[in-house]
Amino acid sequence: MTETPKRPKSNSRLIALCVNGEWHEVTVKPRHMLVEVLREMIGLTGTKDGCEQGTCGACTVLLDERPVLSCMTLAADCDGRQLRTVEGLAEGEKLSVLQQAFLDQGAVQCGFCTPGMLLSATALLERTPKPTTDEIKKALEGNLCRCTGYNAIVAAVLQASDQGVTPLMK
Amino acid sequence: MSPYKNQVGQSIPKVDVREKVTGRAAYIADLSRPGMLHGAVLQSPYAHARIKGYDTSKALAVPGVRCVLTGADFTEHFMGAFIKDEGPIAIGKVRYVGEPVAVVAADDERTARRAARLIEVEYEELPAVLTPEEALAPGAPLVHEDLASYVKVFDAKFEGNAFSCTDLSEGDVDKAFAECDVVVEGTYETQAQYHLSLEPCGALAEVDANGRVHLWSANQSVFRVQANVCESLGLPMSKLHSMTPKVGAGFGNKMEAHIQPLVVALALKVQRPVKMILSREEDFEMVRARHPFKIRIRTGARKDGTLLAREVETLLDGGAYADDSPGVLGYSLLMARGPYTIPNTRCFGRVVYTNKMRFGAFRGFGNGQVAFAGEQQIDEIAHRLGIDPLEMRLRNAMRIEEPWFGGQQVNSNGLAECLEKVREKSGWGRRARPSRPGVKVGYGVAACAHISGLLATSAIVRMLEDGSFVLSTGATDIGQGSDTVLTQICADALKVTVDNVVCATPDTDGSPYNWGTTASRVTYTTGRAVAGAAEDVGRQIKEAAAKMLNCPVGDVELRDGGFIGVKGSNTTLPYAAVAGFTHWASGGPIVGSKSLIYDAPTIDPRRAVAIGLPFTRIGVFSFNALVVEVEIDEVTGKATVARAWSAVDVGKAINPRLVEGQIEGGIVQGLGFALTEEMVWDGGRLANPTLMDYKAPGAVDVPYEINSIIVEHPEPDGPFGAKGVGEISLVSVPAAVANAIFDAAGVRLHKLPMTPERVLTAMLGAD
Repeated sequence: MTETPKRPKSNSRLIALCVNGEWHEVTVKPRHMLVEVLREMIGLTGTKDGCEQGTCGACTVLLDERPVLSCMTLAADCDGRQLRTVEGLAEGEKLSVLQQAFLDQGAVQCGFCTPGMLLSATALLERTPKPTTDEIKKALEGNLCRCTGYNAIVAAVLQASDQGVTPLMK
Repeated sequence: MSPYKNQVGQSIPKVDVREKVTGRAAYIADLSRPGMLHGAVLQSPYAHARIKGYDTSKALAVPGVRCVLTGADFTEHFMGAFIKDEGPIAIGKVRYVGEPVAVVAADDERTARRAARLIEVEYEELPAVLTPEEALAPGAPLVHEDLASYVKVFDAKFEGNAFSCTDLSEGDVDKAFAECDVVVEGTYETQAQYHLSLEPCGALAEVDANGRVHLWSANQSVFRVQANVCESLGLPMSKLHSMTPKVGAGFGNKMEAHIQPLVVALALKVQRPVKMILSREEDFEMVRARHPFKIRIRTGARKDGTLLAREVETLLDGGAYADDSPGVLGYSLLMARGPYTIPNTRCFGRVVYTNKMRFGAFRGFGNGQVAFAGEQQIDEIAHRLGIDPLEMRLRNAMRIEEPWFGGQQVNSNGLAECLEKVREKSGWGRRARPSRPGVKVGYGVAACAHISGLLATSAIVRMLEDGSFVLSTGATDIGQGSDTVLTQICADALKVTVDNVVCATPDTDGSPYNWGTTASRVTYTTGRAVAGAAEDVGRQIKEAAAKMLNCPVGDVELRDGGFIGVKGSNTTLPYAAVAGFTHWASGGPIVGSKSLIYDAPTIDPRRAVAIGLPFTRIGVFSFNALVVEVEIDEVTGKATVARAWSAVDVGKAINPRLVEGQIEGGIVQGLGFALTEEMVWDGGRLANPTLMDYKAPGAVDVPYEINSIIVEHPEPDGPFGAKGVGEISLVSVPAAVANAIFDAAGVRLHKLPMTPERVLTAMLGAD
């Protein structure tokens, strides 16, 4: 029989995250990023990882209601805090007003940027209920989309904020 | 119940949109299998080097590492869409910085990546060729010594590092140039553009107990994945089951292979599921990008503006492997005349191996590059002759009955209407140039055509026991919405709503063959197959109903909402009754199918001479005209598009809002190509493989107004008259912006991207 290898030293620690209103206890290492913990440990794969460098915005989630890049946020720093991900936007089968507006405007193509876009826009609408086009563009500046050309997404945010934009798809 | 409406022509929300807005849509990175390992790749640090040996011992010693494969573990099998020149990994030598030289499978991704860096490879560096000019120089080192012996799927003309050379001509060009009153000549350069699908490439493979491989990957065609993996690993196709999760966009980079062969090789070796997802940097460095072009072009016209002659020579950087390059070269030459009547045109082009990453298919497929050159020359001639540039295009626009360059029949042509529409909607005739202090404003126009078509496709429609339907096509929806459009076509043909038809996920075991989601082809070619299969099902429904009703087949018809009716009477049967009858009583379950291949010849030998053209049957033509309003900051030289009007003749918009989505997205990707995006090499190394250093348009960079105008000149054999829209709106963007910059500032830019520095330099030079 071969010798049992030595048990590795561990610098893991147990943290608790309140994700979409539900507490999760997870064991993380200091280097673990929030995106990995959400996707791989908690199983919420709706948050997307597009660059791991904080440059594309696909991994945007809300940390204490503020948008953060989960690929640049250490999971350990989120201990005890509130998180909202794309999975927490709808109420059961009922889409949020913003989700419905994305559907109505044709603001989704491949959908890989969509979760991050929805969370950046949700945060915007919570602090600015009637944003101007420029405010919307500014709020979405850090979220890249390669499919739609953005204007449909801007229109969706305008529709969701009840500014006279009507659905284009039904 | 609301009355039934035709499903074609409605802006129905995408069938997968609820999954995508709730985060439930599963992309390749979201999949996992029990016992799954993670892969990582070691990339070449050299542009060109012989591999002398490997030492994998340190990597294998890392706890959690299950397998390491290097070039030494592979036998020589080659893949390639046009020229079979590429193995799954570097074997014997490396040909570009970033090329995979070894792969690791480990318990987790971090361990795999760490182990990959511990693999030692001994290299003997070789002289590299980094530009087409270097590669063509006498005595240049050869990127592929064995080019002559590679299998080629067309009659390729090749020499040295030039792996495909194409000639295409019509008329008597020299004589025609002698008759021209005005001739313009110039050289143009376009850059490498990164696709930047938001989802990086990835794959997951699992081998079952019978040795069969099940493979999920980000792709534009499960069948091209199957072909590439099997060709590069020497596997029979029946051994490989290729499937697709949701795909986070493609634009060309997921049509041919990326890392699927390597992931399959790892899974075969370790006999456990293996997943590998490329980092953003790896996706930049080792997938593919848009070809850099150098274009020499000359165009001549009579005093009255009639175009008489054009001559075009292109030189393409193909990178280290042929990939789709011969196609891009050939197609760019076919498009180099533009959508105009120019009776005398001669084109010649070469694509050359260099020690850079491969260049391949990217939305536009070479058309945007030649349009950047050709459409500026149309403007230059108009300017010299004092003719309005939009009027110049209308005067020379191909007439409806005229064939394309090379002789192919064009059966629908909405070009003139596209030009008229953008003229009207943009207020072209009354356009003001309200230059503010420090800002110059200009308008530019460009026009183009693009094909939709190519190769084989098929569809199967099955009626389920309750009278609803399953549609299988094997076409991957990469986000553009083809699942929705094909569902609409099927539903409409059967007179049911889209809720009664489900579009099956592509799967090489279960789906009929589809070449791929490329060449703007799914709506047109696959749509034709779907319409045909649905028609076949409709015929069988009528036959079964006639049997049930005891009447001649000629007496029954499909009625709105999923009913069979007896002509001239109110007697109806719901589809569910027919389905029950065929499943349980007589005839058997209804299955309809249709297979086809696009087969109208591109070249009419009575009109044109074509040598080394890699494909002979390309597709049907969509048309586009674009007007942009550009503002130039006189201090920084930054050009911004404030408004855009793009009219596209799509034959018939099956789903108008999805068509507009293609137009809008294409324009913005085209703006990146025109103004900011550029892959830059420092020697053999890509210097900007991150989104910090590679500037793609963000929300704040796009025009406030992008006006998409749908023009419908039905294609006679298109489904409901439809033809493609996936690529065309990008093609005319760099040219229209360049023409607007000239209108604003009086300078012509010959090099993309038209960065502030280049615009400012040109403006200062002009002053």
